[in-house]
Amino acid sequence: MKNNKTYFKRSPLPKSPTSIQGLDEITGGGLPKGRPTLICGGAGCGKTLFAMEFLVRGVTEFNEPGVFISFEESEKELTANVASLGFDLKKLVAQKKIWLEHIHVERDETEQNGEYDLEGLFVRIHYAIETIGAKRIVLDTLETLFSELPNPQILRSELKRLFNWLKKKGVTTIITAERGEGSFTRNGLEEYVSDCVILLDHRVSEQSSIRRLRIVKYRGSTHGTNEYPFLIDEDGFSVLPVTSLGLNHDSSIERISTGIPRLDTMLSGKGYFRGSTVLVSGTAGTGKTSIAAQFVEAACNRGEKVLYFTFEESSSQLMRNMKSIGINLEPWEKKGLLQFHATRPTLYGLESHLTTSIKLINNFKPAIVILDPINGFMIGENETEVKNMLLRLVDFLKMKHITAFFTSLTTSGENPENSDVYVSSLIDTWLLLRDIEIGGERNRGLYVLKSRGMSHSNQIREFRLTNTGIELVDVYVGVDGVLTGSARLSREMQDDAEKLLRQQEIGSKQFSLERKREAMEAQIIVLRSEFEAEESESLKIIGIEKARNESFKKVKAEMAKSRRGDAPLKKTIAKRTKYKRK
Amino acid sequence: MNIKKTRNNKLVLSLYVAGKTIKSIAALKNLNFICNGVFKGIYKLEVIDILKNPKLARINQILAIPTLIRNLPLPRKNIIGDLSNRELVIAKLKYNENSL
Repeated sequence: MKNNKTYFKRSPLPKSPTSIQGLDEITGGGLPKGRPTLICGGAGCGKTLFAMEFLVRGVTEFNEPGVFISFEESEKELTANVASLGFDLKKLVAQKKIWLEHIHVERDETEQNGEYDLEGLFVRIHYAIETIGAKRIVLDTLETLFSELPNPQILRSELKRLFNWLKKKGVTTIITAERGEGSFTRNGLEEYVSDCVILLDHRVSEQSSIRRLRIVKYRGSTHGTNEYPFLIDEDGFSVLPVTSLGLNHDSSIERISTGIPRLDTMLSGKGYFRGSTVLVSGTAGTGKTSIAAQFVEAACNRGEKVLYFTFEESSSQLMRNMKSIGINLEPWEKKGLLQFHATRPTLYGLESHLTTSIKLINNFKPAIVILDPINGFMIGENETEVKNMLLRLVDFLKMKHITAFFTSLTTSGENPENSDVYVSSLIDTWLLLRDIEIGGERNRGLYVLKSRGMSHSNQIREFRLTNTGIELVDVYVGVDGVLTGSARLSREMQDDAEKLLRQQEIGSKQFSLERKREAMEAQIIVLRSEFEAEESESLKIIGIEKARNESFKKVKAEMAKSRRGDAPLKKTIAKRTKYKRK
Repeated sequence: MNIKKTRNNKLVLSLYVAGKTIKSIAALKNLNFICNGVFKGIYKLEVIDILKNPKLARINQILAIPTLIRNLPLPRKNIIGDLSNRELVIAKLKYNENSL
């Protein structure tokens, strides 16, 4: 009981943890300890693997030895089959941690004569349990006995006795059974094993298979009641109880660069939020993957790990293509910072994709996860399913503070804002790439459709793929509207020419004005010198005239004096003073 | 273990029992009656108690108790149950490969 973890504190029922990813969460701690659990499902749905993993994990993680009684496969077959999941049964058997026993009855050789019981089975199980001190036991497809042994009535009562006996022994038991029509098992075993019934299902929808698990019944314990997708891969069994996740993840205020300086500027100068969900959508060939690659390169440069799921291109093709725009991702992949995971979306079902992704993310522990593109999942009318899957993935990533970067291919013609409506509510930062067709050419425009929690640019930028990466250029906004590409270039050139012309005009105007000023000043000089010459001439004449005047007066006075001599002088003196005043 | 030997072993039988349960005792009683009556002198019977020797249960794939195994003559035959239908048991044990 030491290892018993109870998920719900109030639950008094002791549980035996399975350590199967996700299952302990939905069962609230594991299978009922010391009681039988029935695992039923159709052929090939993973019953045996489930049971085997329960045993092996019991040994490796909880040091609880286990007995595997197989009614179908021989010890050799079993060992070989689960070796593919990385379970080394041979070693565990040699260490006496696991007891493998194949029980089979040759139908042809056997006949009934009189009453019998299954004491042989009891003895063998008892012996196995005692030998290794088992705490867990698996009876793999007990129902085979019904076809091997005569007299089902005896079998039924014996099996009932077996379950009670195992319960008394206090070993946690898994009994697997084939699913019957209209009932969980073909022979109604669920009537006897009533503590916990888990149903495994393997169905095909839209040509891809989905494995699901459902806990039909769990006596004395609460449990998740939904159908949970599960996956069997090289690491064994994993169940995905993602719908149980709540919206209570912490949000980071850390910002990470987009790898494109101008785009950072558009997102209030710093880039995306760490742990946010970014969607880049656009029509074919608008450069979604390039934006992703640029983001990847920036992240790797910072030393962050990136997990890149590509659903359209192989990793080598993607790397080759990105080289053409100057983004070399190869060194990062070699360094182990970048991991590609290229699969066709149709390879397996949505749930499997989700479980695989989550497994890979858990193993690789990236800071950034890229899904390129998410449309591949859309087959027919499964929008809600895709949304559910992405919702689960986004929730999971947010909980882990992993930045998610999705690309989405939108079909041209429809309004791009509407094209990804089914996921838009999940997205924190949504970049839209659209092509702008002007003047016989197609150019790319980028704008930020939304970006939660930051002031972002409302401008359309022209998006250019150059030899040295992505470049964002201001579009030409003028009287003719928004221009891009060569239209923008020619318009800009035209503008430049006009500007030059105007500058030249101003220059020449200024020059002629200067010339005029110079001419005017020269004229002024000439006029002044003329005037000066005239002035001096005039002054000279004035001086002469004055002198003449003086001398004339003197002469007149002398003459008067000499002529008359008797005339009073006063008058003349008065006249002279008058003249002087003038 | 309870081994009965005869000079001429034409019929080699093993009876698997688990302790002294009613069915086991009944089977042994029935078998002894048959052998001593019909197959007197030509049979060899081994009674194995799997409680005492559980490994043998695994080796011989014993599940139902009691189980009677006809090791010889071939083909091998298993009869499960307390052998209460003695005539049928005789018929089964007599039955051999030549008549196949």
